[in-house]
Amino acid sequence: MSIHKRIVDDFVANDVSFITTVPCKQLAGVIDEVEARDEIFHIPANKEDEGMGLCAGAFMGGKRAAIIMQNTAIGVTINTLATLTQFYRMPLPILISYRGELREPVSCQVEMAVHTKALLAQLNIPTYHFHWQKDVEEFDNILKYTFMCNKPVAILTDANFWGGYGDQ
Amino acid sequence: MIRSEILREIAPILRPHLVICNIGLPSQEMHLIDDQPTNFYMLGTMGLSSSIGLGLALAQPKQVISIDGDGSVLTNLGTLPTIANNVADNFILLIIDNGSYGSTGDQPTYAGKKTRLEAVAAACGCEAVVTCKAEETGTALKAALASGKMTVIVAKCDSGNIKVPVITKDPVTIRDRFMAEVAR
Repeated sequence: MSIHKRIVDDFVANDVSFITTVPCKQLAGVIDEVEARDEIFHIPANKEDEGMGLCAGAFMGGKRAAIIMQNTAIGVTINTLATLTQFYRMPLPILISYRGELREPVSCQVEMAVHTKALLAQLNIPTYHFHWQKDVEEFDNILKYTFMCNKPVAILTDANFWGGYGDQ
Repeated sequence: MIRSEILREIAPILRPHLVICNIGLPSQEMHLIDDQPTNFYMLGTMGLSSSIGLGLALAQPKQVISIDGDGSVLTNLGTLPTIANNVADNFILLIIDNGSYGSTGDQPTYAGKKTRLEAVAAACGCEAVVTCKAEETGTALKAALASGKMTVIVAKCDSGNIKVPVITKDPVTIRDRFMAEVAR
């Protein structure tokens, strides 16, 4: 089974039926899989804070929602995470492409990578880091944990987890 | 006619519906004029009234009205293509366009200068875009509700504010009573 299918299977098994995405090339496969599933309403967002607003609305409408985005978007979404998702106590799995980590070919990505975990820690957002493909085995538990505690929860997935960039 | 006068006039039309109230004075004014459990008051997060409303409309069948401002739409301009491309016929975006950032001291917005949000919405692909004078907002809102079509209303009004108290309700209380109404 592909890693993309495994992740989306876990979303579906946990009744996540509304997913917003802002693309990253590491996330292309999982976004394709989200788009392909009848059980999920996929709504691409133009910016990640907008996406979190969509998720807040969907949650209040009775759906379990999630966002898929790149770690650079932590810089975009801190206000929304604090004043909407956390302030109103809403659950939100945040599946994050963790650019700028091991096997990263683009130096600029490292500049946000070095702040990513510190920012998430400052926000008291529970954070998990997938480095090996077997780490995906935790995903189902992380989703259950997110909807148990009504908090945003971050899942960082680095280049090694996705299989690297080949010859780049 | 200023925003609070529009809200006072349309409050009876809004009352049976789910309403997302924009950050700052619009929420405080709605809270003062006609507090309802069907009102979701944004206490922070400028710009996301339309996004929250669209997400809510897409997730369930009840009518949703997002009350937004020109400044907030400009902050989150990417919302208009998302709305246009994900049609929810139970969604109305009511932009009260006073050409200024009312909650922060009436600084002019670009919508108060050369930018026309109704043209932006149409260019983004929104199919039903209605522009009206402040006095016509109630009529435009009733027509949009009757149409059963997703509609963006841009209501042009004067800049100006009334004195209103801040909302002291706990956010989880606001959210919880709102969700109870959604599920009712």
